[in-house]
Formats: sequence, structure tokens, C-alpha cells
Amino acid sequence: MIEPDRVVQTTCPYCGVGCQVDLFVREGMIYRVNGRFDNDVNRGNLCVKGRFGYDYVHAPDRLQTPLLRTDRQANWQAVSWEVALDFVAEHLAHIRQRWGADSIAFLTSAKCTNEENYLLQKLARGVIGTNHVDHCARL
Amino acid sequence: MTNSIRDIERAQVLLVTGSNTTEAHPVLSLQMKKAVRKHGAKLILVDPRRIELADFAWLHLRQRPGTDVAIFNAMAHVIIAEGWLNRPFIETRTEGFAALETAVKPWTPARAEAISGVPAEQIVAAARAYAQAERSAIFWAMGITQHTTGTDNVKALSNLALLTGHIGRPGTGLNPLRGQNNVQGACDMGGLPNVFPGYQPVVDEAVRRKFAAGWGVPYERLNEHPGLTVTEIMNGVENGRIRAIFIMGENPMLSDPNLNHVREALSQVEFLVIQDIFLNETAELADVILPAASFAEKSGTFTNTERRVQLIRPALSPPGIAKPDWQIITELANRLGANWHYTHPREIFAELAALTPQYAGMSYERLEKGGLQWPCPTPDHPGTPILHVEKFARGKGLFCPVDYRPPVEETDETYPFILSTGRILFHWHGGTLSRRSPGLDEIAPVAEVEIHPQDAHRLGLQDGELVRVSSRRGQVVATVKCTGRSPVGTVFMTFHFAEAAANLLTIDAVDPTAKIPEYKVCAVKVEKVKVGESVAK
Repeated sequence: MIEPDRVVQTTCPYCGVGCQVDLFVREGMIYRVNGRFDNDVNRGNLCVKGRFGYDYVHAPDRLQTPLLRTDRQANWQAVSWEVALDFVAEHLAHIRQRWGADSIAFLTSAKCTNEENYLLQKLARGVIGTNHVDHCARL
Repeated sequence: MTNSIRDIERAQVLLVTGSNTTEAHPVLSLQMKKAVRKHGAKLILVDPRRIELADFAWLHLRQRPGTDVAIFNAMAHVIIAEGWLNRPFIETRTEGFAALETAVKPWTPARAEAISGVPAEQIVAAARAYAQAERSAIFWAMGITQHTTGTDNVKALSNLALLTGHIGRPGTGLNPLRGQNNVQGACDMGGLPNVFPGYQPVVDEAVRRKFAAGWGVPYERLNEHPGLTVTEIMNGVENGRIRAIFIMGENPMLSDPNLNHVREALSQVEFLVIQDIFLNETAELADVILPAASFAEKSGTFTNTERRVQLIRPALSPPGIAKPDWQIITELANRLGANWHYTHPREIFAELAALTPQYAGMSYERLEKGGLQWPCPTPDHPGTPILHVEKFARGKGLFCPVDYRPPVEETDETYPFILSTGRILFHWHGGTLSRRSPGLDEIAPVAEVEIHPQDAHRLGLQDGELVRVSSRRGQVVATVKCTGRSPVGTVFMTFHFAEAAANLLTIDAVDPTAKIPEYKVCAVKVEKVKVGESVAK
């Protein structure tokens, strides 16, 4: 039996049921997932994705650094956060100045947290000044 | 959901329609099976496909895709004509009954049979069982909403609940099953063009003043005009209205309808930023990619299909210099003139709870002890497992008469099959996550097109052969699966496989109110791929 470095209680990332899970972590890897019993959502049950579908977290092609290109035909350049965020901010500011706030649109995410969805629409509405905010709820 | 997951087993009749629950919401479906097997509940399945739930069904109505309103109107007709309605409930809790009565009068079961292909006596039996039980609950998913008549379909279901009073009590309710893990939360948090968090309308001046004050920004900055939806944003690029798109954690190049059109729009837009954990099909078109953290690498909350807000907790560090989305957005906002100081998602949650009435009583401290279902207006409120107990959000429940409209694209000689799209158990949405999990991808490695054995025989197709599926918008190559799950004349594909993206075929006609694309019905043809013919990916 492998001894976990830690067991972390969290919520399954797949469907809208929101099963409660324990992630067993050893040396930076999730190696086992159990359903938790102490709730009215899944009461210990999990589906095949919720129990075995976590390899993507460790996938070798996870994005690790910001990537940027000045021409869509060119290759990606790995850059620092400073460079990437300055570049995004400059372009958004420029486009807003030239074409108005309503020339910029934001897609939030049904896979991100409440806090992140809240912040992105706050950025769109309160900083940029547009209501062009939507996500894939309909899809 | 108006009701809760644990409540499902209390229903005596479950009407499940447009939801392949055992594959798309497997753990929730366990409660449905328990209701049937342990408590003897009757399951009425209304679905063109013979999905696994059919094995548990007391009655399976297999309608022609897109004819849902005809069936539900006919059920309302039977309930009224045979007197199974709940008169005290209609009198005290609803309004508009007379209009509904008039509207469904011509919807005899025989007329619905002519349109839907479902035998009239099955419609009568379903109506009687649903109305006569003390506790009946309705469940649906995208099979009801992804139609140009999606809003009408939901209204037709809601009329049934109001006629019988099957709402506001345990074991009843109108229960849409939300697909993505936090689609409920993304809507609650104002990830929609017409509302701030908590569904507070952007057109309401008092609401804009409240958010301007809460966010410390000039009132004039908050736009009073509702914005554009996803599909409208893509169209907006083509007419020059949209110049930049910022996409967080979405892959429209697989999930949107009519992908060739989406590709054109995203290639044309002046500036495209993608914030994601993978370089997905959409990111390949971007100018900048910002690497985010996965669910296992950050704190935050998700809100499930029963409105329950639950914590996620970090188990790992993000790879390389990737960061949680909330940190990236904060740093970007500050470069655009904001002055945000969030150091942990709990601070963001405290702010959003103060501005979102449904979440007002919640805090990380409370959520540490377990999830809470909104509305939860005060710190001592226990949360709300069942909505509409005493009254509806608008006061009285309004009957909404709807009429049947056929789908936008009908079959013809050139495109003789109906294509319907959906999910399978082993994969998830655009496949970005599940296809990187070898255990899952090994079980379901290729895109299949399900076709009825009679149709396969007529076209000379064998199981496992490659076919080309084409619509007026595009074509894909997929593997034939001969199965009675699909009715004759209808084929089914998932949208999990980028190499055979079903959304190259789907139509971008949308419901006029909800703007949902009609993923469940478009016209296609199916042809064998000849030996030696090159297969374009």
C-alpha cells in the first residue's frame, strides 16, 4: 500500500453533479481518488471519469509558460509573465481607445471557479466597460 | 434544479427527457435507479434514443427529434380533459390557466402522434401517471434545450408541473441537469451578457449604481446595454464590431456550432488571448496564451446542478510558471488601471457574496463544514434544498402556452438523416481532459457514428467501417456503429473528438430567447468511404 504524502478533500472537475472526492497525492502525483461519504451529493459513489480521469493534470503537454507571437504565422515564443501581461494590456487598451469598449469580448468558463468567473466579468464590466461576456452554458 | 439530488429517490414518478443521465450525470442517475428499484417509482423516459435508462423505464416514448412540444402539450391536454389537474394549486399559486386551457385544447394525443410518431395511448398513459402520483419530478438536460424551440420545450414542461402542483415539495420539481462542473456558478457569477452576478440585470440603473459603488468604479463606466452571446460575438467579428476576444478555459473551436464559421471569425479577429491549461484547438489561432492552473492546483468554489456551492482545495503546484486564473486576471486588471489586492480566493468570495443576494450568507468558514445550496441570504440561513415552496420568484407561477414549431433544418433527398449530438460516459465535452487520460481513451478511442441496423443494411455498411458524414456546412469521417440505440432515420455522434468534430456539421440556428444552437437536429447524409480514398482530417 502506497502511503500518501497528503490526502486533499475537493470537488470532482467533470460534470455538474459535484461529487466530493479525496485526492491521494505522493511526490506531486495524484495516484488514487476516493469518493467521500460525508455529503448528500455522491455518498461515496464516483463514475469512471471521477475515479480514473485525472491523468490530464500531469499531462506532459500542460502549458507551463506564457506564449506569445507577433504574427499568427510565426512560431510561439515562451516569455515571462511581465512581457505577456504587458503585451495583452497594451493591446486591449489600444483597441478600446481606437474602437471603443464594446469592441472587446470576454468568454468566461464553466470549468473555472466562481471566484474566477466573477473576476473576469468584473474586469470586462468594471475595468473595460463592456457587457460582451458569455460562456458555453448553451453549448 | 428546483429540488435536490438526495430528493430524487422520494419521487413516485420520474419524467426524464432529453437527458442521457447514466452517461452524462452518472452519479445522479444512481438516485434515479434507486427510486425505481428500491422504492418502485415509475420512470417515464421521453427520448428518441434507446439509452441505458430505457432498461429502467416503465414507459419509453421515442419521439421524432425536435417534436417535444407536441408531446408535452398533448400531455397537458389529457390532464385537463380527464380532470387530473390540481385545482387548489392552480387557484392559489398560478395565473394564466385559461390561456393554457385554450392553447392545448387542439393538442389531442392523436395530433401529437401524427407529428412525433409516439403512439397516442403512450402519451395518455404518461400524462395519467405523471398527474396521478402524489410526487412526480421532471428531469431534463440538453436534449430539451439544444433546439431552436428550447425555451418552448422548457415552458411546455413547466406547464405540466403547474397543472399538477408537482413543484415546491420533496420528490417533485423541474430539474434541469447542468452539464459542466461549474456552469451553474458561471451563470450565477454574471458570465452572461445581460446580467451582473446574481442575475441582476445590466439594464437596471439601481443595479448598476450598486455595482459601481461595490467595485469603486465610476457609474458611467458600467454599460447599460446587454452584450452579445457567444454565437453573436463570432458574427460580430465578421462585421467589424468585435476586434478583440479574451477566452478563459473554453474551446469554441470544438464546442461551438458550425466550426468552419468559428474558425473564420477567430482567424480574422484582430487580437485573441487564450487562458487555458492546454494548447487546444482554439489556442492554435491565438496571439497570446496564458498558462493557467488546473482544479487540483488552486482554491475556489464550484456550484453544482442543485445550486450547492462547494470548495475546491489545492493538492499540487501548477506546472512551470503557470498560475491560477484569478491571479492572472488580477494582474491584468491592475495593468489596465484597476487597483485590486486579492491574495486568496476567500477574499474574492467575500466580495462577491456581498453583491450577490443568493450567496450573501455564505463564507469559506461555513463552506469548510460542507456545501450550501443557494439562496442562502444570511449567515445563519441553512441554505435552500427546494425552491418555490411557498411562492415563485415572480409571485404566482405563470402558465406559458407554447405552440409546436418544427426544427429549422429538415431532412430531404440529399440529406436524408437527422443528426443528433451528445456525450458518452468515457469522455468529456471537447475531450481536452478525458482524451489525455489513457485509461479512458483506451476504452473509447475513436469517434463513432451510431446508426440503426436497418439504415446500415440499406446503405451496405458494416460495423467498424469508415463513413463520411456530411451536412450543408461540413463533413467528417467516423466509424460506423450499428445499434438499435438510434431510431431509424437518425444518426448520433459525440462532440468529444477533434479529429471528427461533430460541430463541423451542426447548424448555428439558435433559439430566439436563449440563443442555444440546435445541436440535436440537423440534416446529414452518410456515405461509405471507398477503399484507397484519401481521408482528409
